[in-house]
Amino acid sequence: MLKVDNITVEYDGVPVLENFSLDLSTGQVVCLVGESGSGKTTVIRAILGLLPEGGTVSKGDILFEGKSLLHSEASYVESLRGRDITMIFQDSGAMIDPISTIGSQFIEYIRAHDRSLSKRQAYQRAAQMLTQMRLPDADNVMHSYPFQLSGGMRQRVGIAMAMTFEPKLLLADEPTSALDVTTQAQIVRQMMDLHIYHQTSIIIVTHNLGVAAYMSDLSDRILVMKKGRVVESGNREEILHHPKDPYTKELLAAIPTMEGEVYVDQ
Amino acid sequence: MSINEREIILEARNVTKVFRTSKGRPLLANDSVNLTVRRGETLGIAGESGCGKSTFIRMATMLDPPTSGQILFRGQDVSGLRGEKLRAARRHVQMVFQDPGEAFSPRMKVKNIICEPLRNFGLISRSQVRKKAEELLAMVELPPEYAERYARDMSGGQRQRVGIARALALEPELLVCDEVTSALDVSVQKRIVDLLLKLQREKNITMIFICHDIALVRAFAHRTAIMYLGNVVEIVPGRQLGISPCHPYTEALRNALFDLDMDFSKPIEAIESEAPSPLDVPPGCPFSGRCGHCSDRCRTEKPALRDIAPGHQVACHLFD
Repeated sequence: MLKVDNITVEYDGVPVLENFSLDLSTGQVVCLVGESGSGKTTVIRAILGLLPEGGTVSKGDILFEGKSLLHSEASYVESLRGRDITMIFQDSGAMIDPISTIGSQFIEYIRAHDRSLSKRQAYQRAAQMLTQMRLPDADNVMHSYPFQLSGGMRQRVGIAMAMTFEPKLLLADEPTSALDVTTQAQIVRQMMDLHIYHQTSIIIVTHNLGVAAYMSDLSDRILVMKKGRVVESGNREEILHHPKDPYTKELLAAIPTMEGEVYVDQ
Repeated sequence: MSINEREIILEARNVTKVFRTSKGRPLLANDSVNLTVRRGETLGIAGESGCGKSTFIRMATMLDPPTSGQILFRGQDVSGLRGEKLRAARRHVQMVFQDPGEAFSPRMKVKNIICEPLRNFGLISRSQVRKKAEELLAMVELPPEYAERYARDMSGGQRQRVGIARALALEPELLVCDEVTSALDVSVQKRIVDLLLKLQREKNITMIFICHDIALVRAFAHRTAIMYLGNVVEIVPGRQLGISPCHPYTEALRNALFDLDMDFSKPIEAIESEAPSPLDVPPGCPFSGRCGHCSDRCRTEKPALRDIAPGHQVACHLFD
């Protein structure tokens, strides 16, 4: 469904992502794991065509359902964005206008992508999505301003919006890293429910190997990235239990676990 | 000497902090917190946002006075200190912050950042700054030439080392680390943790380590206090953290963890609902509204911390 074919991304001539390839089939999950500066966010920005100023894909191609996203007319890519390909950010609060209500933005979003819906229909659709994300009292959320919601609630709103049109591909950039652990667990679980229900393919960027391992099944892939390159890729089992690259091993050794080594004499 | 026989460095006795909102409603940020830290020990404090851990350390570091209760530093009540006495007492408690990039002036060189506390207390002269900075940089394993750099030119891990050097410059009795690793990449986090452990071994440093990652706290702290809605709900010896029996909230934290050793074939157990606002702390047990074991008693009668095993205290009616 999505094929990223050996792309290199440069910022003002400096490569930040080199010879990156990825194949994603329908319903599959790919996790990009790595530390800051590894290029993982660049991958999903390149797919969406949202590289910041100065950034270009200097080599390779990105194909969505067989058609190039890089060499097609802008209107084609725009028609996919927000409908077939959607995105969740680390803080959905940052993408929501602080001075309009959740409801007015959600309705605007829905009607921008489906002109056939009336405001009332769009409202109902939005409220239904919020309920699916288990937000209590959807009407209340619709009438709230972003600052009146907790970070976890805002993130649920972001996911509800991103899932409204049952996208074929969901790009998620550290969607739970700013959240508390119990909220993170709820949201990851709900994302996976929607993924299974709608057969949505997901590319998730995370620095949390535990989240990556949970979200990827044995038929899915985890890509470990470092400094713009993929150092290792494999399924959950291969990455966690049979890592080959020294960097993957270093990452695994650095993560404390509940049954692992304790560092002090107790 | 076992930790329990060592000198108590810091003791919080029934420490309560109430803030007032702009509309005058009371916000109970800390509700009768009792904690002790002994020499050479690391006390971990874990809990989610809004649990009151930052409020507590602001009082432990003498930045804010408690509304009621006492903070004892080596046996002396410091909660009412003012002026020069307060300033002198603060010298013994130093802090490392989550984001050292935010904590440092962008216009100061590293040597001045590190030696500022020493200069404030008149302990070194200006001409001694460079040499002292180099010594402290060596302690945190940074090269001496970093003394002349600016913090903005350093990586997150390097800046955190500078933060540690600055905090230890005054040789404090207590080092408070507030989420010092959470902004860092995991490999860098491990190196900072290793550095703190080494310094603790060498200098017998006493630490309070605030951290939301319970797996890291379990590995790093000798004892951990779990906080929820302004209350300490459990105090547990290091490695027993999250191992049953424990407080239902601790169990929820443990279950919500994406641990590399977890069973990935099972759905993660997440408690639904969000923590209530600290403006609306329920009567009875603070966790009652979200707890799977909640009974009528929990809704009316607040459980006190009680011993369930040596060094292990839980505030929950299930353990009566």
